[in-house]
Amino acid sequence: MSIDRTPSRKTLEAIRFGYGLPGPSERLGLLALPDRTTVSELARRFRRIRQSNADTPADRQARRDTRIELLRTIGGQARLAVARAVSAENDYEERLVQFWADHFTLSFSQLESLTFTHFFIEEAIRPHISGYFSDMLKASTKHPAMLFYLDQTTSMGPNSFIAKRRPGRGLNENLAREVLELHSLGVGGGYSQADVTELAKLFTGLSARRSDLAFEFRPALAEPGAETVLGRRYGGGAGASVKDIDAVLDDLSVHPETARHIARKLAVHFVSDTPSDELVADLAALYRLKDGYLPDLYRALAAHPEARRHFGAKAKPPFDFVVSGLRALGVTGSDVLQMDLRLMRRAITEPMDRMGQPWRRPPGPDGWPEEFSAWITPQGVAERVNWALNAPKLFGLTEVDPLEVATRALGELASDNLIWAAPKAETRAQGVALVLASPEFNRR
Amino acid sequence: MTVSRRVFLGGACSITAHPLVTPMAFAATPGDHRLVVILLRGGLDGLDAVRPVGDRNLAALRAGGMTDLGFDLDGFYSVSAGLNALEPLWRTGELAFVHAVSTPYRDKRSHFDGQDILEAGSVGLDGTRDGWLNRMLQTMPNTYAEMAFAVGGDELKILSGQAPVMNWSPETDLSLTAQDRLLLGHVYKDDPEFHAAISEALDLVDGGMMDEGERSGRAHRERDLAVFTAAQLRGDTRIACFSVNGWDTHRNQRYSLNRSLRGFSDILTTLKAELGPIWSNTTVIGMTEFGRTAAMNGTAGTDHGTAGAMILAGGAVRGGRVYGNWPGLDEASLYDRRDLMPTEDVRAYAGSVIGDMYGITDTDIESVVFPGLVMDTRPRIVL
Repeated sequence: MSIDRTPSRKTLEAIRFGYGLPGPSERLGLLALPDRTTVSELARRFRRIRQSNADTPADRQARRDTRIELLRTIGGQARLAVARAVSAENDYEERLVQFWADHFTLSFSQLESLTFTHFFIEEAIRPHISGYFSDMLKASTKHPAMLFYLDQTTSMGPNSFIAKRRPGRGLNENLAREVLELHSLGVGGGYSQADVTELAKLFTGLSARRSDLAFEFRPALAEPGAETVLGRRYGGGAGASVKDIDAVLDDLSVHPETARHIARKLAVHFVSDTPSDELVADLAALYRLKDGYLPDLYRALAAHPEARRHFGAKAKPPFDFVVSGLRALGVTGSDVLQMDLRLMRRAITEPMDRMGQPWRRPPGPDGWPEEFSAWITPQGVAERVNWALNAPKLFGLTEVDPLEVATRALGELASDNLIWAAPKAETRAQGVALVLASPEFNRR
Repeated sequence: MTVSRRVFLGGACSITAHPLVTPMAFAATPGDHRLVVILLRGGLDGLDAVRPVGDRNLAALRAGGMTDLGFDLDGFYSVSAGLNALEPLWRTGELAFVHAVSTPYRDKRSHFDGQDILEAGSVGLDGTRDGWLNRMLQTMPNTYAEMAFAVGGDELKILSGQAPVMNWSPETDLSLTAQDRLLLGHVYKDDPEFHAAISEALDLVDGGMMDEGERSGRAHRERDLAVFTAAQLRGDTRIACFSVNGWDTHRNQRYSLNRSLRGFSDILTTLKAELGPIWSNTTVIGMTEFGRTAAMNGTAGTDHGTAGAMILAGGAVRGGRVYGNWPGLDEASLYDRRDLMPTEDVRAYAGSVIGDMYGITDTDIESVVFPGLVMDTRPRIVL
């Protein structure tokens, strides 16, 4: 089942590759958020308080205050992300930021670490989406948030300076495994357990400081000697160095398996849960031809005939559903930035959680599910219907005309069923809810 | 499954259009056995809840900080008074405990890693992405969508994976007017996936407990989970899971643990009452990510530890006994000189339950459900 109307090119691009109709209305100004130093200080304070057993009234108050400050920080980050998507001048780019943030997934359970994801996206992902994949892979692998998330900061070479003095400490393969399995070659990408272990040894020394969230290379943790990954030797010169790690990441990023893995992921995300081999092969070939230069891939994907053929086969995940819902209602990015954090929670992050997408906490390092069936569940649809019913009230937009919303948000895609039903609702808000809950609004 | 309720939306879309709810799928079921897994998040203090009063070292370790003492189990163990409501179950042999068990997780004592390992059923954080209950489903023939149910809004990694699993949070409200329903039915009628999803959702909201007048408040969230779970188990569901928080008792656990234990007792008695005759085919497993330190800390609580207790209940359980090997509480017998020593893998008991209930073979348990587990001394827990 899919959408049975044929979209114009503009509609297709706005819905398949953007955050839906209507397009952007404005340009957001510069935005102030707590910076990395402030946030790392806050996180450290929270961690210290949490780990302490001190329990005077003053301690309890400090614990509550710090927690609230953290929640406000995360709320502010969420507000910015939603505002940017709502008003994104170039939707496709913003969608790609989310795509790559999901490819290089972070998912922190601890509140204080959850604040780091924002910096990861702004520093490791956003600056690189329009460049070479290798630069993004290197930035992600060396970013402090990733090093914390995948336990690299606890890893050390078994023969490193420090491990020799601390018996029982050694390698942690987590980052090495995920770099191969999720970030580059992909599962089944022709690497062995030996490659994982060797890469883990090569990665030793990559570390980060909790105090200010800064990257650091610590030679005292690094395994001496050279490592062989996928048949090629790295390192082994005088002293460990980040250059050797960059070299293996550069090689991994132009590997044919990486080309196929990235091509497939892009096709699955933007086109179909089950893209044709031909589409994947076309994109992979282009990736290899251009050495992983991404803008060429994006263009080819959007222009590919299959992008049109499977229109409507994908479900908008909750974030995209909510963002496109805000657009449909006429809420702007500036409106979002002015929302107080309580409304932000009630209208956006809590409903997203109930729809199955808790804020920046995907189920594991493999990110959010792509399958239609993962989102369009009884619980998921019920909560989308609830959001559709509540949103007009929450944003004070109960006088909006349902058919106007349908036209604005769906253009030629509104079905006869929807056009028949929407004006018959008891209130305008309920009519608008039908538009936002409709299959054609939730599909893309 | 009540087809009549399901077709209320009307329209051209028949129930059989959804691939997961074809009548065929119901032709075979895994028998009548019901399994409920309750994850006790935060680290249940097994030493307080299932108290080895017969161990001469306990009193010194826990001076002044424990919850009130409840009924005697077997002369050596007694329960915390928070579990007193379960005494009738103990007397009828429908309640058992396992002591000094843990997952293979050691030393770091992080809730998040501990829970990930508990739910993955793995030996360590080895990249296992699915949960052991889901892998168990994958070994079973003739599974169907509603066979396993993840209940509540909390994420349950234990049920994530390839096998289809239903998910619903009883807190989800879907108050639609008659006109809303009619119109939504019209908007969804030509889209089988959306139609099936909303029909199922309305079924769940309409079914059993969720009548407007009966909705209980936030304070009764846990009882709601039990009532809702029982309603599913009376229907097509055979395996259900939910989680309960409130076990991370670092401070004043006399009060906090007592509250949590009373809530848990309430869940078990509610399940029994709501399940009626089905209770006799039911096993409930309560498990936690780790136990807590043997000694009290400086704030009348306990910190993250290693081994702890597991709770088993249900008419299918060989109850009225405490399973496990008691390691003792003298300092030399403690793990790391601070925690109760694990003498058995908690997965062996879960493995035994699913083996006996659903005929999962030892080979499947050891290689698929709980990789790395050796089921050599297999305790027999289910009748």
